[in-house]
Amino acid sequence: MNNFIEFDTSSLWAALPEIFLLSAIVVILLLDLFLDKRFKQVTYYLTQLSLLISGLLAFNLIGHPQTIIFSGSFVLDNMASVFKVFMMGATMVAMVYSRHYLRAHSLFRGEYFVLVLLSVLGMMVMISGYSLLTLYLGLEILSLSLYALIAIARERADAIEAALKYFVLGAIASGLLLYGMSMIYGISGSLNISDIASFASSANLASRETLIINFGLVFLVIGIAFKLGAVPFHMWVPDVYQGAPTSVTLLISTAPKIAAVAMLVRILVDGLGSMHAYWSDLFMVLSILSIALGSVVALMQTNIKRLLAYSTISHVGFIMLGFATGTLTGYGAATFYMLVYVLMSLAAFGVIILLNKKGFEVDQISDFKGLSKHSPWFALMMLIIMLSMAGVPPLVGFYSKFFILQQVISAGFITIAVIAVIFAVISAYYYLQIIKSMYFDEADKDITIHASIDMRLILSINAILILAVGLFPDFWMTLALSLF
Amino acid sequence: MVSLSDYLILSSVIFCIGLVGIFVNRTNIITLLMCVELILVAVNTNFIAFSHFLGNETGQIFVFFILTVAAAEVAIGLAILTLLFRNRGSISVDVTNSLKG
Repeated sequence: MNNFIEFDTSSLWAALPEIFLLSAIVVILLLDLFLDKRFKQVTYYLTQLSLLISGLLAFNLIGHPQTIIFSGSFVLDNMASVFKVFMMGATMVAMVYSRHYLRAHSLFRGEYFVLVLLSVLGMMVMISGYSLLTLYLGLEILSLSLYALIAIARERADAIEAALKYFVLGAIASGLLLYGMSMIYGISGSLNISDIASFASSANLASRETLIINFGLVFLVIGIAFKLGAVPFHMWVPDVYQGAPTSVTLLISTAPKIAAVAMLVRILVDGLGSMHAYWSDLFMVLSILSIALGSVVALMQTNIKRLLAYSTISHVGFIMLGFATGTLTGYGAATFYMLVYVLMSLAAFGVIILLNKKGFEVDQISDFKGLSKHSPWFALMMLIIMLSMAGVPPLVGFYSKFFILQQVISAGFITIAVIAVIFAVISAYYYLQIIKSMYFDEADKDITIHASIDMRLILSINAILILAVGLFPDFWMTLALSLF
Repeated sequence: MVSLSDYLILSSVIFCIGLVGIFVNRTNIITLLMCVELILVAVNTNFIAFSHFLGNETGQIFVFFILTVAAAEVAIGLAILTLLFRNRGSISVDVTNSLKG
């Protein structure tokens, strides 16, 4: 094991975005302590700036050939860079939306931004992790900061309850994941994904070895499904989405999904890709259950955050369906779906935050009543988002579902595709319910919008992107396919 | 001589106790934290046993990290618990029931 002694600083450039972000976090954390209350905005701008620089550094690394550093525990490849850029972009947009919410509910504190940056760091480590140890550490950096972020609304009993539920279920998920990792380590003798991959794909595996790998694999799949929020490991999703402050819900529902998909790809595709026949069946079951439950239970919700939580569960089902096909194009379609989902989820929670104002928390569907009269423009934006989530052409939500189903059918699972379509149609009902509320109901309270101009602008761009990407999906699709 | 399978059986028993403890426990959230620790202990036992029998130190390094993360996790868990007590006046599992549907 000589390679543990090698430590070559000339290869550190591959981790430059992470290193920069970590230094920025330390600086911001210290600076925030000494800032006067009047200048708290500075923390926000510094946060955005460090996300931007880190994102640009990651963007600069796109197109580099695969580089593995830190004794094989950190990888830089195209997928890592592209995912990081999208994740940074999503977080920056989320922060623009959050600012309005934090001000309206007096949660504007320095530690909020530091915790967001820490969770971003965790996600970057997860995306680039190439050994089970790095992946686990990234996951924990992410999860621990998210628990604290939810609990940042100290006076709200619901937020604390959500934080506690997320904490307990997240800890169980980590435990299961670790148990699976220990099994994989025990049989393959290594934590590095590349070693595990060469072990798992070697031709002369004894049946006993395959059995142990499968045993570990089940735990790994459960752990990943927990983090993604797939049925039957979805219990935390609705509670956390509803209880957490909306700006934190917005963050949880977007960027961590990118990181979770990256972890899935690293462990199951890069590492145990040759065991695909065993995990794809599990994925099939999980994804159909998620699509079904996400579509049906959402019908009864009146709380819009809870409704979007169930909608997330059904979207996660589609993403997992793409991975279940086991083809490279299937993985590409799933990645495309994930990026599209992040775009739509950002915009949907953005509109909810937009309607928030001092002392008024928007979380019911009925809060959207009569929005079209007060603000036709943002009602139109919400219309686009909801139709896209329901999968209506020519919006991008249609193409993402279409690509997934195309891959599922060409992999020969026609029944599964039919079931998925039926539930997608059922789910259209609750998206249309929101649209009905906006356009056909009379407002029963004052819904004037107080958001600042930057938020309105970014939100409009975000929603228009849903339409634009839907009209020209080629570039995004090619990008997603080129990652595998 | 204790064999590898003995360690694995021990760890799976501890793991199951932890997991069952989380789901049947209805009284106190501190017990939940203890069950989570049990799960992590089971994983650590696994890693150390494998590491010993494979003659490979990587597993033991992993255990150090798990211990560190577990400490941080419990710190955050207890902080959330304190907040829950302040808001609800109790740390029974039954008080965490306002979010449902």
